Amino acid sequence: MSATKFSLILIVIGAALLLIAHEINVDYLFFASYTILQFVVLATAWNILGGYCGYVNFGSAAFFALGAYSSVFMYKFFPVPIPVLMLIGAVVSGIVGFGMGYLTLRLRGSFFAIATLALAVVLQTLIVNWDYVGGSRGAYIIHDENIEIGSFSVHYIEYLFALMLALALVALFTARTIERSQLGFGFATIRDDELAAEASGVPTLRLKLIATTLSGAFMGMAGAPFPYYIGYLQPSSAFALDYAVNSIAMPMIGGTTSWIGPLVGAVLLGSAQQYATVTISSAVNLLIVGLMLVAFVIIAPNGLVGLVQERLRARRKT
Amino acid sequence: MTALLHVDNISKRFGGFVALDGISLEVRPGERLGLIGPNGSGKSTLVNCICGTLQNESGSVQFDGKPLDGLAAHQRTHRGLARSFQLPRPFHSMSLADNLRIPLLYTVHARMGPLRSAGDLDSRCAELLQMVGLAKKAKQLPRDLTQVEMRKLELARAMAAEPKLLIADESMAGLSHSEIEDILALLKQLNERGITIILIEHIMSAVMSFSQRLAVLVSGKKIADGKPEDVVRNPEVVRAYLGQ
Repeated sequence: MSATKFSLILIVIGAALLLIAHEINVDYLFFASYTILQFVVLATAWNILGGYCGYVNFGSAAFFALGAYSSVFMYKFFPVPIPVLMLIGAVVSGIVGFGMGYLTLRLRGSFFAIATLALAVVLQTLIVNWDYVGGSRGAYIIHDENIEIGSFSVHYIEYLFALMLALALVALFTARTIERSQLGFGFATIRDDELAAEASGVPTLRLKLIATTLSGAFMGMAGAPFPYYIGYLQPSSAFALDYAVNSIAMPMIGGTTSWIGPLVGAVLLGSAQQYATVTISSAVNLLIVGLMLVAFVIIAPNGLVGLVQERLRARRKT
Repeated sequence: MTALLHVDNISKRFGGFVALDGISLEVRPGERLGLIGPNGSGKSTLVNCICGTLQNESGSVQFDGKPLDGLAAHQRTHRGLARSFQLPRPFHSMSLADNLRIPLLYTVHARMGPLRSAGDLDSRCAELLQMVGLAKKAKQLPRDLTQVEMRKLELARAMAAEPKLLIADESMAGLSHSEIEDILALLKQLNERGITIILIEHIMSAVMSFSQRLAVLVSGKKIADGKPEDVVRNPEVVRAYLGQ
């Protein structure tokens, strides 16, 4: 399928989802779907570095929080529309992603993972001590109940939902495009064997910097509307463990080698979490993630997508 | 004729251990050079310094008239240096054809601009697999290969970059007699196409039948360099291999 065809399909699906949600018009549906879509973006962004290149990033929460706090800063400094905030979040997180990549990519495996975790801790400490964006007290973001777009008046939560839906589609499109391009092949060689990649002429350092920048930028974009969604942002919610753990668990459960994996994982795990939050308690969230991660690592180490691919391959052979 | 590869007095240490101690070496275009030496004599370190996997501390490496010092490994590959690894290092998540696609995409493209269409790429991959006799397995993964096929894949991937110089680092270790013949024939065929080859090997019969010239490394120093028949009779070489 060509990229144009794929983007058209995405747009149609996006429009359909938007229309259905608008017809149902239940605030909770927008709230829950927003969270799931946000995880689709985070999982896809994580997968660009973690799945394609094989570099495990434990610092997703830091990039997400950077996007969120860029918005808080702009809210106080010079309020702009949320789509612009998303771009600002992308630039800030992208730059930090590039810097992190430059400083840490000579590290491999668990050392790289620990360095990303350290980045999250350092950034959280900075934010906690920065009064302008609320420090440890947190910051309130107050917006109108409705937003006027042209002559339409849209409920704010529906507006946020639509933005996150659009971002999720852009992220999926980007991931799929990378996967099928020269860049995607280069990323895969980094995951497989960096020494052999260099010997084949792949500029590994440059590709890794592209991956950390892109991955960071998408995470920042996912975080940018968050203060408007939640209304009150404090460091412990922006840097929450949920984001780091979910961004890793969702691609792992879905499958890391293809763009479908993070999507499947995020929808599955995200919905399960939303369901558990309503029916049991919000504290069960991480328990579900943990249990599913353990189960999948044992039953399907290559994720759901990997499981299906293996089944298909086995059937073809017989 | 001027040398294709000119290694000038390079040294490399690992902590207190001197792995290479002032090695100089010249390779002429089209030549078949054998490089031998006991285990730990610095052969692989020399290859790594030439190819940019390691950076030498002193001395310099010139290739095709230009210095390579300070260049990263992939830049040297772009200049026309290719190597195969001692232990095969295929891209294990990719099919054989895709393994060869990487140097085509990243080296041949970088050198000549994106000339190749998708169809050209496919046919070039098929051609290379044909050359090493793996055409039937193009869609399989490297884990399905035997040891000798893995070595052939390694050589094919090095060849895909269309190098001027190929360094084959122990590409025959652990193979049977007939398999060695296979690889030797392949290397000779490549040499006939004009590719200069440095063969690093322990199997003496293979080295002797292949090399036009032989260089010997012992504890990071080059102790002999010349015609293979003369070198193996050199008393220093005999002492290094057989002891006093």
